[in-house]
Amino acid sequence: MLVVALLASATMGIAVGAFPLSASDVWGALFGDGDPTAVAVVHTLRLPRVVLGALVGAALGTAGGALQGALRNPLAEPYLLGVSGGAAVGASLAFALGAPFALIPPAAFGGALAAVGLALLISRAGTRSDPRVLLMAGVVVGAFANAAIMVVLADLGSNTVRNALWWMMGSVADANWAQVRWLATYAAITGGLLIAWARQVDLLALGEDAAAGLGLDADRAAPRIYIVASLLAAATVASAGLVGFVGLVVPHLARALGFRHHRAVFVASALAGASLVVLADVLARTVRAPAELPLGAVTALIGVPFFLARIRRLA
Amino acid sequence: MIEFREVTVRYAGALRPALQSVSIAAPRGSLTAVVGPNGSGKSTLVRALIGRQPLAGGDVRVDGVPVAQMDRVAIARRIAIVTQREDAVFSLPVRDYVAMGRYPHIGGWRGLGAADHVAIDRAASLTDLHVFMDRRLDTLSGGEWQRVRLARAIAQGGDAIVLDEPTTFLDIAHEMQVFELLSRLAHVERLAVLLVSHQLNLVARFADHIVLLHEGTVAAAGTAHEVMRGEVLERVYQWPLVVSRDPAVGAPALVPLRRR
Repeated sequence: MLVVALLASATMGIAVGAFPLSASDVWGALFGDGDPTAVAVVHTLRLPRVVLGALVGAALGTAGGALQGALRNPLAEPYLLGVSGGAAVGASLAFALGAPFALIPPAAFGGALAAVGLALLISRAGTRSDPRVLLMAGVVVGAFANAAIMVVLADLGSNTVRNALWWMMGSVADANWAQVRWLATYAAITGGLLIAWARQVDLLALGEDAAAGLGLDADRAAPRIYIVASLLAAATVASAGLVGFVGLVVPHLARALGFRHHRAVFVASALAGASLVVLADVLARTVRAPAELPLGAVTALIGVPFFLARIRRLA
Repeated sequence: MIEFREVTVRYAGALRPALQSVSIAAPRGSLTAVVGPNGSGKSTLVRALIGRQPLAGGDVRVDGVPVAQMDRVAIARRIAIVTQREDAVFSLPVRDYVAMGRYPHIGGWRGLGAADHVAIDRAASLTDLHVFMDRRLDTLSGGEWQRVRLARAIAQGGDAIVLDEPTTFLDIAHEMQVFELLSRLAHVERLAVLLVSHQLNLVARFADHIVLLHEGTVAAAGTAHEVMRGEVLERVYQWPLVVSRDPAVGAPALVPLRRR
């Protein structure tokens, strides 16, 4: 069902736009048949955008599922360990220094890694891994990053500030195949590791002591999972900016669909996250066409009602 | 057999060691209980056993082999732990939860095999859980949840079970059920059962060997009659009390007094 949802949303993502195509045009063009203009539009404009959106959604869904499970916290999300704050600081600094647009993603990625490193360093004060300390460290790093962003943005011209804000709100509008290839490779490695470690997440979800009693070196496995999930999230931020709520909501959707073991939760979250982001991107570029809405705002607007329904069920 | 040999544990910044040269043996076929006031070091023993607490001295051994030299999965195949508290943040069907006891046997990728299903079914019958297997964890009462946790430990299929306060929050009937089951696991199934408990009177009736901890040291060890002595318990618990006889079975029974 999730595969069908992804195929449907991807078809829609490729079909919709200033040069509308039918579903059969889309599938024909994918395999190189039909009108050459359609083929060109699909291959150089629509397809990279849809694939990048799908990769970002899949990565955020998997990373969110892994962090929620390993931290035993249904409110955990992929940006938790300072990824969003760090990436925003990196990107704002790059904007402030007048860096060319191509340097924004690496700056954001570097900022995200630095923030995650800092959060882990702070939480290392104790000898045993305690998820609560790590959560607090993430909050502290995030707060520090917010302050840093305000300091950086305070002195900039309105145009630069606007660019920085737009970047932070997330977009896959500038997708190209080089970006897609980079994120696909990166996400395959880190996402693959998380899927391989899925049973460790099952155990960590019971608590560190219970996991240790079932043969897991929890003090090593848990930080490893936090780091890899955060690295995965950091890569999405470098590719598409901040796409909020996907990583928080999608794992809940996967669990609500009846997936219990984390390997299944990760795969289902990847599929659902991919569909959600592709769909949100369709809305982002059609609702006020030819202007675009920020992708991160659209995912949040879709995600909030779903999350509210979930809270009502739990309460 | 689980053995703690002269185990010493120090927490950073603490005035005295959490455990000071503590030796305890829990042989197969026997129910061994560790009792003592809050902060006497009981839970630290369990953490030392699962390798989450570095030792400052001594060692913990399983059938003569120090656990420090054993692979964690190998330990988990031999010893099951029921920790003091555990709440399932993400609810599962009971069957899936009990099946997690087989994780040390199936590794990261393999599915459950015939032997695993046998172990799970056996655990379900010993704990009388068959009718619960399709329920979800978040629908269980406190007593049912405790039985499900015991079932997971039994499904683990080792020759030892260690339990940290398994009857906290349970009413009399559920408490008795747990102790009856532990007695059966020790005396009929011939497991080594090591129990950390505050329930002195129940421990006195069920345990073969009792170790009383006080401020990280062994204050007394032996049978119920040897350990449950008024002057010893009064000193350790810092509360006036008398030890009388359980009228039904003659085991020592502790009655705390009102302070004047």
